[in-house]
Amino acid sequence: MDTEAQAIAAVRWDNNKLAMLLFLLSEGTFFAFLIIAYVYYHAISNTGVEAAKVLDPLKAGIYTVFLLSSSFTVWFAEKGLRRGNQKAFRSWLLVTLILGAVFLVGQGREYLHLYGEGVTVSGNIFGTSFFTLTGFHGFHVLLGLIALAVIFVLALKGDFLERHSSAVETVALYWHFVDWIWVVIFSVIYLWAVF
Amino acid sequence: MSDIPFPGTGEALPLPVPQEQMAGLLGWLSSVDHKRIGIMYLLTGLVFFGAGGIEALLMRIQLARPVSSFLSPQTFDQVFTMHGTTMIFFVAMPVLTGLANYLIPLMIGASDVAFPRLNSLSLWLLICGGLLLYFSFIAGGAPAAGWFNYAPLSEKPYSSTVGVDYYSLGLLIAGIGSVVAAINLIVTIIKYRAPGLTVRRLPLFVWMVLVTQFLIILALPALNASLVMLLIDRRLNAHFFQPVTGGSAILWQHYFWAFGHPEVYIVILPAFGMISEVIPVFSRKPIFGYEYVAASTVAIGVLSFLVWAHHMFAVGLGHSIDTMFAISSLLIAVPTGVKIFNWIATMWNGAIRFTTAMLFATSFLIVFTIGGLSGVSLAVFPVDWQVTDTYYLVAHLHYVLFGGTVFGVFAGIYYWFPKMTGRMLSEKIGKWHFWTMLIGFNMTFFVMHFLGLMGMTRRVYTYPNLPDWGLLNMISTIGAVIMGISSLLFIWNVWVSRRSGELAGDNPWEAWSLEWATTSPPPVHNFDRIPPIRSRRPLYDLEHPDHPDWKNGH
Repeated sequence: MDTEAQAIAAVRWDNNKLAMLLFLLSEGTFFAFLIIAYVYYHAISNTGVEAAKVLDPLKAGIYTVFLLSSSFTVWFAEKGLRRGNQKAFRSWLLVTLILGAVFLVGQGREYLHLYGEGVTVSGNIFGTSFFTLTGFHGFHVLLGLIALAVIFVLALKGDFLERHSSAVETVALYWHFVDWIWVVIFSVIYLWAVF
Repeated sequence: MSDIPFPGTGEALPLPVPQEQMAGLLGWLSSVDHKRIGIMYLLTGLVFFGAGGIEALLMRIQLARPVSSFLSPQTFDQVFTMHGTTMIFFVAMPVLTGLANYLIPLMIGASDVAFPRLNSLSLWLLICGGLLLYFSFIAGGAPAAGWFNYAPLSEKPYSSTVGVDYYSLGLLIAGIGSVVAAINLIVTIIKYRAPGLTVRRLPLFVWMVLVTQFLIILALPALNASLVMLLIDRRLNAHFFQPVTGGSAILWQHYFWAFGHPEVYIVILPAFGMISEVIPVFSRKPIFGYEYVAASTVAIGVLSFLVWAHHMFAVGLGHSIDTMFAISSLLIAVPTGVKIFNWIATMWNGAIRFTTAMLFATSFLIVFTIGGLSGVSLAVFPVDWQVTDTYYLVAHLHYVLFGGTVFGVFAGIYYWFPKMTGRMLSEKIGKWHFWTMLIGFNMTFFVMHFLGLMGMTRRVYTYPNLPDWGLLNMISTIGAVIMGISSLLFIWNVWVSRRSGELAGDNPWEAWSLEWATTSPPPVHNFDRIPPIRSRRPLYDLEHPDHPDWKNGH
């Protein structure tokens, strides 16, 4: 078994991680265009008024805390793996899964509430740009949860006994991305509606 | 060349040998070998080139005479939309990706790309995208809003058939495939270079493909985002590009060209790369100013993201914005000019062999420069206002995309066909192909400069019988027919030569880069041994052990 430093070095410029970084560069650009669209309609069609009226930044803020903490827990899971602590690795993975799922449930409840208020994709330009941006983000969170769940099940079955795993680090990279791009989206949609 | 053994210092391969392939058609369809995938990309491009070519000929037949009724206005709109969409997304993209796929691992001394199965996925995504686009013909009508599909024309109230939906889905799927292929190629180039093949020794084709892949992963998302937004508008009755309900039609234009202009460089830079391989070999000189050719590629890549609004001068964005984009567009002529002069300087005093590949490369320099110059004139926005959406623009874009990309690709195919098949393309048919193509091309498109300046607008199904218009259009149509015949000559050449062409041997052109160090066609695992790489021309060093490049500071 290698040391923690060796485990980090073993997968530093690993193919999968490099490919994931490039993919995230592309994904980041994709989100940038959706975010710019939201900002643009905020400016030209005054969607901020509608946003301030129907959104609940406090509730969304609480769910945001869940999502952002999952970025740290997946990091703890990686640390556990590198130190050869399988129990910590698996537990923190499970915590990450739960935190991510809570965020998605929160988003689902918010959508249901908005739908009840008559805010829909086709309703007006605010609905169009809001649901497209948050919907694509939610879809990415869902994909991340599926990938994490696969890793978790494989971990329970006894994979990842080495101290470094390209698969775990690659999925973790993706997970950090969906977590931190949300900071931008949350600021642009919810904070801008209030301030 | 094949009988020169490599010295004992040959390096071990960085990758394990891939598995044996299945025989027959299934072997091809299920292949994850980058060479087979590359060839399938090329064949996909060829099939769609046939479709796009027929669409072009239909347009030219309709326009041969004034007030013609060969095609209805509705059909004409579908045909020009499908022609442009096909040629950009399903001819230029697959052909360039295919050549990159085939050549990059060979040129860097690797046995395959980094992710072979992902490579196969990219190919099939592209093919499915193309089939979806063409399925629109039988599903209720092809898209008819132009290849750049401007909103609100592309919205439901104005394009009520499913054509635009198929356009969006087809391009979305093909676009995802392109991003995947780009990631694969970048990782391959970064991680799988043979020992000694430093970044400063990379063949220029590899350099330019690398820059292109970065353009793809940064530009395609702009298209994907706009297509997704358009689909949401059309299928879920949303409002992104509908000005009446608070949306913005201009945003589509910004987004489309934020992708569309880098796309122009995505389809021209690999052709620049091919020219940079062909010209030195047939001039028997190393490329002049290697660093400048490589660096100017990066400069073009960066600038390509800063010029998109020059497609929108007629929109009325305001004087200062127009001026800014005019300046950035003029700037891009500088690195492009650097390249042209480097190629000319490479040929200067060289022992030039005018093979078909070299003829295409040389004529590329001339016709591409004509397109570049008309491009400079269009960057001056008062000129653009005069000629926007006229045949002057059609002439310009075909001089850069046909005279640039297609001539570059033909140079590349005549150059690398022996490597892919082990046999030479016939030089005799090749010369006929070249001269008919050059004459047909100039007949078709040169006269369009005049038609455009006389005020003939594009995308209109017919025109009145004004003085000279009929004559110039007839010349253009005859040229298009000659190009059609010329393309058939090319296909005939490929068909005949792949079986009975002259045997090529490993290195028929006495070239210097690594792909010529293995057999033609290469074995599944590409190389048995890699020659030592101490300069940009490893095979030259091998043949000239007394005065190798690496001792002379190259």
